[in-house]
Amino acid sequence: MNLILISLLTLGIVGAISAVILFFVAKKFHVYEDTRINDVEAALPAANCGGCGFPGCRGFANACVKAETFDGLFCPVGGNDTMQKVADILGRTAIVAAPTVAVVRCGGTCDHRPRMNDYDGVKHCFIAHNLYSGETGCSFGCLGLGDCEVSCEFDAIHVNPVTKLPEVDEDKCTSCGACVKACPKLLIELRKKGPKSRRIYVSCRNEDKGHIARKSCDVSCIACGKCEKVCPHEAITITNNLAFIHDDKCKLCRKCVEVCPTNAIVELNFPPRKVKEPLTPEGA
Amino acid sequence: MGGIHPKENKLSAGKKIQIAELPKQVVIPLSHYIGSPSEAVVKKGDMVKVGQLIGKANGFISANVHSSVSGKVAKIDVQLDASGYKRPAVFIDVEGDEWLETIDRSLEIKQECNLTKEEIVNKIKEAGIVGLGGATFPAHVKLSPPPGKKAELLIINAVECESYLTCDHQLMLEKGEEILVGVSILMKALDVNRAVVGIENNKKDAIAHLTGLAKSYKGIEIAPLKVRYPQGGEKQLIDAIIRRQVPSGKIPIEVGAVVQNVGTTFAVYEAVQKNKPMIERVLTVTGKNAPNPGNYLVRLGVYLSTVVDTAGGVPEGTGKIVGGGPMMGRSLMNLNVPMAKGSSGVLFIKEEESIRKPIKNCIRCTKCVSVCPMGLEPFLLMTQSERNMWPEMETNRVMDCIECGSCSYTCPSNRPLLDYIRYGKTTVGGILRNRK
Repeated sequence: MNLILISLLTLGIVGAISAVILFFVAKKFHVYEDTRINDVEAALPAANCGGCGFPGCRGFANACVKAETFDGLFCPVGGNDTMQKVADILGRTAIVAAPTVAVVRCGGTCDHRPRMNDYDGVKHCFIAHNLYSGETGCSFGCLGLGDCEVSCEFDAIHVNPVTKLPEVDEDKCTSCGACVKACPKLLIELRKKGPKSRRIYVSCRNEDKGHIARKSCDVSCIACGKCEKVCPHEAITITNNLAFIHDDKCKLCRKCVEVCPTNAIVELNFPPRKVKEPLTPEGA
Repeated sequence: MGGIHPKENKLSAGKKIQIAELPKQVVIPLSHYIGSPSEAVVKKGDMVKVGQLIGKANGFISANVHSSVSGKVAKIDVQLDASGYKRPAVFIDVEGDEWLETIDRSLEIKQECNLTKEEIVNKIKEAGIVGLGGATFPAHVKLSPPPGKKAELLIINAVECESYLTCDHQLMLEKGEEILVGVSILMKALDVNRAVVGIENNKKDAIAHLTGLAKSYKGIEIAPLKVRYPQGGEKQLIDAIIRRQVPSGKIPIEVGAVVQNVGTTFAVYEAVQKNKPMIERVLTVTGKNAPNPGNYLVRLGVYLSTVVDTAGGVPEGTGKIVGGGPMMGRSLMNLNVPMAKGSSGVLFIKEEESIRKPIKNCIRCTKCVSVCPMGLEPFLLMTQSERNMWPEMETNRVMDCIECGSCSYTCPSNRPLLDYIRYGKTTVGGILRNRK
């Protein structure tokens, strides 16, 4: 009887002392966590894709709460709606950004860009790229081994088995930028989605001189300069034998699409043109 | 340490070096794999002679490029080369075969060399000589040790451990005397009094031939070595001959050795004694089904397809054509690539042998670890490369990998170890360069 009593008392006293110590230590070392971080995190899409540049949604929420303004902080997956919610929680004004979407800047399908050799190595773009220039004559074009497809967490980009080119599903694409990083040929670009998803871009990255580019691919940019001349908004520049359309200046007038001799400039989601004279069918 | 024993298949051994015919046009690449590309000093329409400078070295780790033919410069443009990328090259239309007057074309062997150390190195630099073992590292760089370092001995790499290739072997048999003069010139340039020529035991005739000749040269020894791949690697050869290990990330001069390839030695002889720049080299055309395996002396810039046609054309049932040996060589996209300073062979691989086997899971047998000549853990590096773990790869010494392919060769699960490691090495190398 005595033994049980002593044990109970000893343990009870030890417990009591520990409780008191722990109470004060907990007070002393209490970590204050902004409750808004949890609120912001709840408002985020929880995709943890890293598209914002932070490690996961929690990291982004933490950064949003700590930062003074929203400069450089944008959740590409949630877009403006989510950023508005975050702004409401934090009591700031949201920065409205134009929605963007991934575009693949290569039009070299099997018809346009004949295969010159067979690659039978590891089926990864980065390994093929590390070895040589690719199965076709164009050393800038898509390798078609699907690293972008693997990198996409939203099932939005798929390599078409017929054309061997990746195609972006606009509705699913959140423009997180994972495919942009995955592509060793730097073919994928995040561009403004444009009104009614209408976009114009140069679907080529070939920086070879015109005659070499033309030889390896029918739809390559040959840097003839016609688009640059015809553009009324000075939105097109040619550097390293390659035209580039700046989406912040482009007014979608489609003049460049008409003059491009190799059909390297692509227009997406435009209504068909009024037929003035026989035109070749164009676009997606 | 490590190493493998692939089948030798030296089908073209003992075949006399034939001189390949000149084609109508040659395309001389301005970039020879390692170092910055040289700058073209000729322009369209210029007439050039054999041996004339057409590309000037651009920086220290770069080499001069000379015209290998006489004729008219057609254009300066890009050309797909054996690396699989388009690079700048000079296109020359061949007209006759007119050599520069300064080049001594006689076959007489000139043994006397009264030049000073600096003059020799300068001549080698002017002649655009690069390491002909395959890496094409400019030869003059190795002959100019960094301040404070002194070479103790010169090692001549005549190992030719790659299967199939016989270009160095045949060169030793036919040009033994010239090679030994070249060795003594290199010894003079480095100020060393001992040189060792390492030859694998499967080339008994070359060992006997050179041992006989070496008696009249002071300080040159011939060292027969056990057959093992990749003994021709610089660090492996130093280990095999003087039992010294080059520390990780360091160069051979750290242990007092300088290694030069035997083909380079012959080129040095020609440059110093005959004023002949680096304009041609020996190429092996071989393969199990090759109609006529042999060794050819080919001028730089000649399309490999021309050489192959002289050797009997591409045999039927060829699955892959490899530029170089079967282990280190790369598959060629097509044969319309120009002969470069580093081209050592054209190898036809039969279709049934060229197909990659299905990849299975790693069974942790550690065969790759036991064969790695650099003491790395290839299975681990591959996994880390797959998962983009660059800092971990760096600590596991991925930069020491010599890309010999022993790991992929030995893997019972056919895992593409080297492909992944090479990717990791490129990426980590980029990170290290940016850090500097």
